[in-house]
Amino acid sequence: MFKGKFIDNLPKIYGTYTGGFLVFIILMAIAEQAGMSAKLIGIFFVAFTVLIYALIGYLSRTLQVDAYYVAGRQVPTVFNGMATAADWMSGASFVAMAGGIYFKGYGYMALLVGWTGGYVLVASLLAPYLRKFGCYTVPDFIGTRYGGNAARLCAVLVLTVASFTYVTAQINATGTIASVALDIPFGIAVYVGLASILMCSMLGGMRAVTWTQVAQYIVLIIAYLLPVFWISNKLGAGVFPHFMLADEVARISELESQFGLGTVKNSAADLATVPKGLAGITKAHSDVNTTPWKFISLAVCMMAGTASLPHVMMRYFTTPSVKSARRSVGWSLFFIFLLYSSAPMLATLSKLSLMDPNLATGIIGKSIADVQALDWYQNWNQANLMFVSDFNGNGTLELNEFFMGGKAVVLATPEIAGLPYVISGLVAAGGMAAAMSTADGLVLAIANALSHDLYYKIIDPKAETAKRLIVARVLLVVIGFAGATIAALEIQGILGSVIWAFDFAMSGLFFPLVLGVWWKRANAQGAVAGMLLGLASGTAYLIWVRTGGAGFWGVTQLTFGIVGSLVSLVSMVVVSLITKAPDAATQRMVDEVRVPSGKTVLGKQH
Amino acid sequence: MSKQQQHWEKTRGLLFVTLAIWFVFSIGIFFFGAEMQESNIRPFGYPLTYWFTCQGSLGIFVILIFWFAGRQEKIDEEFGYSEKEDD
Repeated sequence: MFKGKFIDNLPKIYGTYTGGFLVFIILMAIAEQAGMSAKLIGIFFVAFTVLIYALIGYLSRTLQVDAYYVAGRQVPTVFNGMATAADWMSGASFVAMAGGIYFKGYGYMALLVGWTGGYVLVASLLAPYLRKFGCYTVPDFIGTRYGGNAARLCAVLVLTVASFTYVTAQINATGTIASVALDIPFGIAVYVGLASILMCSMLGGMRAVTWTQVAQYIVLIIAYLLPVFWISNKLGAGVFPHFMLADEVARISELESQFGLGTVKNSAADLATVPKGLAGITKAHSDVNTTPWKFISLAVCMMAGTASLPHVMMRYFTTPSVKSARRSVGWSLFFIFLLYSSAPMLATLSKLSLMDPNLATGIIGKSIADVQALDWYQNWNQANLMFVSDFNGNGTLELNEFFMGGKAVVLATPEIAGLPYVISGLVAAGGMAAAMSTADGLVLAIANALSHDLYYKIIDPKAETAKRLIVARVLLVVIGFAGATIAALEIQGILGSVIWAFDFAMSGLFFPLVLGVWWKRANAQGAVAGMLLGLASGTAYLIWVRTGGAGFWGVTQLTFGIVGSLVSLVSMVVVSLITKAPDAATQRMVDEVRVPSGKTVLGKQH
Repeated sequence: MSKQQQHWEKTRGLLFVTLAIWFVFSIGIFFFGAEMQESNIRPFGYPLTYWFTCQGSLGIFVILIFWFAGRQEKIDEEFGYSEKEDD
């Protein structure tokens, strides 16, 4: 069936895979009609997809350094785009983003703009140049461009802080989904999630992660789009929701004022009875409800963070050429766009299903007892993601008396809208795919930086290939376990930790990376100062604001990267200028990086 | 000016144009969020600011990157810096 080289057969292989997955969904739908229980369907969906990823991971095992670190630099443009999209779209994008938009409206849509706009920076400022450089990891670039172990070490430090913050959130997300779908306690589910993540990456490194990520993208995009289109058609809102929901958006505004959004406030005593982590709708759906600066500062942080996060950047090291790295960024964003442009539509449909009294699914204005008797309400109330309470004692559910967890918008909406359970199972598989793919990319980014940059480049430069790859794998497991252990503590919500990761990355890495290509005069001392002072000042600001500090310039704990990166920029420029210019060899290296043709700066294997 | 310097000059020019367009649609227009929301321009019937955050800006970024990649390839070709197809 598949003759010739693996790479040439990719469209066929993934075409077959997609077809197989669709057949699986249909089989599950038939099984549901035949009476298979909801719980069993959920288990089948999650277990089946995870096993497929593990199989791909096993088939992609490798003993070669460049296959392990950069997938042999032969991932075709469009497939790399898909893999990057899966790498990028995390549990936060899949499970939490629509929820954020549902509750906060315009203020959270800054995330949509930021998480896509950042790719323009990736394409124009960094990706093609770092591909030309030929590095294995991001600290590899910093270490070689600026020279010296100090710069390399600082880059490893920033990378670890940012990626680790991010990965705990992803393992948390896999744990949440696994615990709901497989019906096991969260503390155990976290380690089940971890085991699946490690199965995909351990044997084949970047090569295995690449091919599982493509498979995961296919699952997650089907799982996100199918319910959006289905619900939209079911409500009669429009065949193609993205272009046809204007009336529904207007209808929500109408209902919001009818139900007294913003005028009826809950007392503190009432709110204290609401379970932790659940929220009511307090912000208008489509109005501009935040100051321009608040919106823009969040978008800026997410954009600069995108361009500094190593797990994304390293995906562009795997393309065959500089040209394809550039185009691949465009494809990545296209595949991301498919999901991101659907998130506000899902939020709209979800809100309307719950709010509109003309719809059978609407619950606002119904009697509390009726709502509490609903099957789906009981399920999600038990999962601690939904709550109603009759604060004013009138027996009817008011808008301000309904509370939901952010994750429920994606996970529960299909059930609320009355779709068959097979769709809920599919959504769980999609969320699992999104969280796993990102966690894989992140764990690998950290382990590769530690094994390649810290172990091989600094501690033991004479290590043999076999030993290097064993160290890389051991580190992968250690980091995974550390991440899972911290995830089990549940310190910060998924969306919050992800946003922090962007701020950390931006504080320490954005300017040292960009100036490394675009400013020849930048030197090692400047880069070290930029990374360390940037990370330190950003972290200090975060701690200060978290412990009750007032902050300045309207910079919050979600946008502390602004402070960090400004300190980083100023200190890097000042220190570079007062110390010696980089030597002629370094200057030549920068010149070489700026030209797409010719050999990479670093050798094929290093 | 050497060939390489000219190439870099043009590349930098393209960068500035790209970043200018990026700035307008990622930051610039959102200074006027409230004003745009009131506007009578309503793509597909959505309020303008809402549409930009849902689809408009996002779509423009996708097109912008492909446009940028195409222009950069032209510049590289012009100076003979394109990569060989076989690599």
